[in-house]
Amino acid sequence: MSFNIQKIRNDFPILSREVNGHPLVYLDNAATSQKPKQVIDAIVDYYSNYNANIHRGVHTLSQEATDAYEAARKKLQEHFNAKYLHEIIFTAGTTHGINLVANGFAEILKKDDEVIVSAMEHHSNIVPWQMLCEKTGAVLKVIPMNEEGELILSEYEKLLSNKTKLVFVNHISNALGTINPIEKIIQKAHEYNAAVLIDGAQSCSHIKPDLQKLDVDFYVTSAHKMCGPTGVGILYMKESWGKKLPPYQGGGEMIAEVTFEKTTYAVLPHKFEAGTPNICGGIAFGAAIDYLNNIGFEAIVKHEDQLLKYATEQLLAIPGLTIYGTGQAKTSVVSFNIEGIHPYDIGTIVDKLGIAVRTGHHCAQPIMDFYKIPGTVRASFAFYNTVEEVDALVKAVQKAKMMLS
Amino acid sequence: MTIEEIQEELIDEFSMFDDWMQRYEYMIDLGKSLPLIDESLKTDDKLIKGCQSKVWLHSEMKDDKVVFTADSDAVITKGIIAVLIRVFSNQKPQAILDANTNFIDEIGLKEHLSPTRANGLVSMIKQMKMYALAYQTQVKN
Ligand SMILES: Cc1ncc(COP(=O)(O)O)c(C=O)c1O
Repeated sequence: MSFNIQKIRNDFPILSREVNGHPLVYLDNAATSQKPKQVIDAIVDYYSNYNANIHRGVHTLSQEATDAYEAARKKLQEHFNAKYLHEIIFTAGTTHGINLVANGFAEILKKDDEVIVSAMEHHSNIVPWQMLCEKTGAVLKVIPMNEEGELILSEYEKLLSNKTKLVFVNHISNALGTINPIEKIIQKAHEYNAAVLIDGAQSCSHIKPDLQKLDVDFYVTSAHKMCGPTGVGILYMKESWGKKLPPYQGGGEMIAEVTFEKTTYAVLPHKFEAGTPNICGGIAFGAAIDYLNNIGFEAIVKHEDQLLKYATEQLLAIPGLTIYGTGQAKTSVVSFNIEGIHPYDIGTIVDKLGIAVRTGHHCAQPIMDFYKIPGTVRASFAFYNTVEEVDALVKAVQKAKMMLS
Repeated sequence: MTIEEIQEELIDEFSMFDDWMQRYEYMIDLGKSLPLIDESLKTDDKLIKGCQSKVWLHSEMKDDKVVFTADSDAVITKGIIAVLIRVFSNQKPQAILDANTNFIDEIGLKEHLSPTRANGLVSMIKQMKMYALAYQTQVKN
């Protein structure tokens, strides 16, 4: 399919609205993506035509809902190239998936074991490991980064030892856009028999990961970052880990047999899917995956890379502007500041011009501390953004600069 | 002037602007002209939580009135602070406690009232009223 930007934009109803009297320019895609009508239709269709609880009823509606939900799981398995269907666990999103794994490791880790995380993690990813280490007496180690916002792999290798039990790294940093070399990170960890959990929240809208080829132990992501709804995501868990880790929550769906003496847990993936799941969300996640694959990840990345290159050039032409995250491998995120101006002030002015960017520390305070800045302005581009929108951003930033300095 | 009179004055001033640009340029000017507070007063216990930009708020009693001084690292936030100080500083605790904040809507800064805005306008007002309440209690005892 050829990449027809106008046709693509027409799929997204929200892109035609106005904000503060200006056409919306949505450049906060790293926070959440917009939804195409194909996904919205899937949600409406579910609630209009076959809403029912799954895996429990003998009636037709329940069967239809179960089939659609499980068909979505199958789509996700194929998309991420997981070996088994039951390695795909539906979650409420990335944060939920991470907590599920951290909870499981609370039973596995012993005092003085080590957990390695990177210096460019989202808060939601640091806190569960801190809690885990407090609970178990394990030690948290941090892979440092350089000025360009890239992880220093030689330092990572020094941190690895036989004490390392788990390595946790995001595939792409939400604050900087750096694409981390997860292949190498996984491979090195496995030399020490350490498990690896990759946070794909930022990457899955740009990259289609091949989980078998990566040989990763755990991979988490959120549907809402990839044109799907909020409140649903997946945790990929290698079968061997699925058998080893204890369940996270107790409830319906996750049990095989219950008596007051003993409960036996259901088989994978249901062992980790307690309670009625986000059925509609799972189905719509499947629709989002179809939508993205229909456009094609190659075409998506090609377009986004053009936007990134153009935006970087145009923004850097503004005197006093600094971009944070200048690594070789980068996705379509530009995090910047203008000398002497607070990012919050820039964000406020550009919003008045209809442009949605994120300002602040992007839930990555350690990165801000590293650069000794209060935060940044972050523009993150999706495949439905245009060169004209980059121009609008640059013009708005120039105007903000004029007003504020 | 009473709080209400000052609010009326502000509403008058802001009504001269026909668009957001002029309003914000004025806010930015107000922010820039806000008297700086002493660096020694910018301590963590004076930081207002819930602001994306840092806001320090200091208060003291002079005679029977509360005097506020404040600062921020973001200039639009400083502009907001300047407006609030003009309204609430140099007033008696009871008057601060009794004051309503409808004028914010009328001068076109309503968007900053949203609690999700994270600029802390709401927190700032709350903090000013807390100080007023504390002084009020002292006066009564
Ligand atoms: C890198 C990264 N990890 C985790 C998360 C959290 O995702 P969610 O809020 O969907 O659980 C985000 C979202 O901003 C993110 O960017």
